[in-house]
Amino acid sequence: MAETVLELDDLTVRFRLRRGDLTAVDGVSFSIARGETFGLVGESGSGKSVTARAIMRLIPDPPGEIQRGRILFEGNNVLERSDAEMRALRGRHIAMVFQEPMSALNPVFTVCEQISDALRTNLGVTKKEARERVIELLALVGIPSPQQRVDSYVHEFSGGMRQRVMLAMALSCNPGFLIADEPTTALDVTIQATILELITSMINRLGMSLLFITHNLGVVAHSCDTIGVMYASHMVERGKTRDIFANPQHPYTVGLLNSIPRLDTQSKYLTPIQGSVCSMMDPPAGCKFHPRCTHAMDICRQKSPEFREVAPGHFAACHLHNRG
Amino acid sequence: MLLEVRGLTKHFRLNGDIYSKIAGEKTQLLKAVDGIDFHIRKGETLGLVGESGCGKSTTARLVTRLIEPTAGEVRLKDEDLLAFSSKRMKETRKDIQLVFQDPYSSLNPRKTIMHILSRPMEIHGLARTWAERREKVLDLLQRVGLSAEHIDRYPHEFSGGQRQRIAIARALSVDPELVIGDEPVSALDVSIQAQILNLFRDLQEEFGLTYLFIAHDLSVIRHISDRVAVMYVGKIVETGPAAALFENPLHPYTKALLAAVPEADPGKAPPKLTLKGEVSTPIDPPPGCRLCGRCPRETAICAQIEPPLVDVGGDRQVACHNL
Ligand SMILES: Nc1ncnc2c1ncn2[C@@H]1O[C@H](COP(=O)(O)OP(=O)(O)OP(=O)(O)O)[C@@H](O)[C@H]1O
Ligand SMILES: Nc1ncnc2c1ncn2[C@@H]1O[C@H](COP(=O)(O)OP(=O)(O)OP(=O)(O)O)[C@@H](O)[C@H]1O
Ligand code: SF4
Ligand SMILES: [Mg+2]
Ligand SMILES: [Mg+2]
Repeated sequence: MAETVLELDDLTVRFRLRRGDLTAVDGVSFSIARGETFGLVGESGSGKSVTARAIMRLIPDPPGEIQRGRILFEGNNVLERSDAEMRALRGRHIAMVFQEPMSALNPVFTVCEQISDALRTNLGVTKKEARERVIELLALVGIPSPQQRVDSYVHEFSGGMRQRVMLAMALSCNPGFLIADEPTTALDVTIQATILELITSMINRLGMSLLFITHNLGVVAHSCDTIGVMYASHMVERGKTRDIFANPQHPYTVGLLNSIPRLDTQSKYLTPIQGSVCSMMDPPAGCKFHPRCTHAMDICRQKSPEFREVAPGHFAACHLHNRG
Repeated sequence: MLLEVRGLTKHFRLNGDIYSKIAGEKTQLLKAVDGIDFHIRKGETLGLVGESGCGKSTTARLVTRLIEPTAGEVRLKDEDLLAFSSKRMKETRKDIQLVFQDPYSSLNPRKTIMHILSRPMEIHGLARTWAERREKVLDLLQRVGLSAEHIDRYPHEFSGGQRQRIAIARALSVDPELVIGDEPVSALDVSIQAQILNLFRDLQEEFGLTYLFIAHDLSVIRHISDRVAVMYVGKIVETGPAAALFENPLHPYTKALLAAVPEADPGKAPPKLTLKGEVSTPIDPPPGCRLCGRCPRETAICAQIEPPLVDVGGDRQVACHNL
């Protein structure tokens, strides 16, 4: 068993909004080993990005607050680090690709300036060396004519090119741990495949670990070792990729897998999970999925299901697995 | 015919600034969109796919006149859209709605969701009273999988996919005729994505909405589109009915694209990269076919003469010398 690089234990994040409290992440635990790729999937708004930001200590406080839990990175609790220690950790050791590139890129700096800034502070290279390295990185992420594009501003780049600039920035300092929040949503499948190959090569070469957040279940199927599924701020299922696809144990996961449009046939309507998404300000009692679940029983409306091992290495939080 | 585009072209100047001129650098042209033709009939959905950076969003911005073309024609219901006065264009904006690829930058951070969604209705005189507008906003939110608890929040208080749904709701709020969706469902989980795609389908059945749908997810494109256009570095290289194009892709780039789709099944073979070499550049591209240097079927003629988009029967068109 490879050593554990990241361990989340009972992470709970709350936002205090004008109308009341919103628990965005509730009691989430998982760990990631060296060289492992952990896929975090689940409902839009279920707390995936907030989990990622919590690891980077980037939750705005106020209104956000880490209410409970520990985040151990290489054995030390990130939540107890000083701001200076965090700055030293970010970029160099843990890097992140943000879901919305424009939220993290600066419109007044050129692509070269933004990426070389990270290189120069973290690796102390000269301006000239940094520029050479930036051009190399742009070529690696498939930007055509990198020599001519390196002095462009991000608004002169397409959506997918911005996403690749973010990725180049994150990979620039060879981080040991990468958090990639939807890093390929703006990429066509051939460039996506190129990017995934690049990431795999860094995992193999540097033993990098990866927290991979994505809605693309095709990408998850081929890139992740382990998967965690989130619904309404909870992790509802976790297991090896093959087991989750072959034998999903939580009704939400089953519904999710049934919603995927297919490439080989065309149907007029798709089959989403019935019912509407659950309120985060005023969530239902018991299992958060019960109003939409076709298997819901009385106990589901009253008691939160425990997250328990239903098969070796395969966990789910559902009362269907609590009987007997 | 609702929308007809002919010879649409957008070239950006690189190094066009004063410093480069002083330094004596030669101005280079980035041919983002380089003479494309397509049409969309009323009530139809055209799917637009292609390599990242090939000019899809630029096409969307040209068709909505957010930027002006270098050359070419855009006709809306047989009228020259590019000749519309700014007053006429303002009225027409209601009918052509664009869901931007980047909801983060397209939503005003200082306004609540109620304001963002009701303001366009107010401007276009669609719902007169505040109560009417609020009711309509609540209905829209519910249709895109959000609810009353979101109405008074600000854009930064949402997840990426929630923001994307606000952008969709805004586009639908003014009862448009043509909706251009630039990656409108890319940040959604597949269940909410299915719900939104079904909503698009319902609106099309009910009101005859027309869609230009840009997406990288080819199963989404196959599902939603009647016809599909495939772009590569500023050019359309193949068009045709969705089913035919997906079952029997003709252009080498379309083939490569379909081979690289990762299937949602870990037991299946991983996606294949069939294009070799470096990505093609839109900056002063060499003559000939843009896929030159990467194409498995390349012959001598490919580097010399640009293949025109020609009819191959069955409502399909392909631009390749070696079919
Ligand atoms: N700054 C904030 N203030 C208030 N609420 C927030 C803030 N950021 C996120 N939230 C809320 O927290 C919940 C979790 O958001 P998060 O961004 O983690 O979702 P996600 O799983 O990443 O979704 P998506 O797939 O749509 O990106 C959402 O309900 C969201 O509205
Ligand atoms: N304002 C601009 N100035 C210079 N170049 C630009 C500008 N806007 C776009 N471009 C360039 O035009 C080309 C096409 O960009 P566009 O945004 O249309 O691509 P796209 O097909 O939408 O890509 P993606 O799938 O990544 O979103 C890119 O090379 C881009 O860098
Ligand atoms: S606990 Fe009950 S409601 Fe929740 S998923 Fe399981 S069966 Fe359905
Ligand atoms: Mg997110
Ligand atoms: Mg785009």
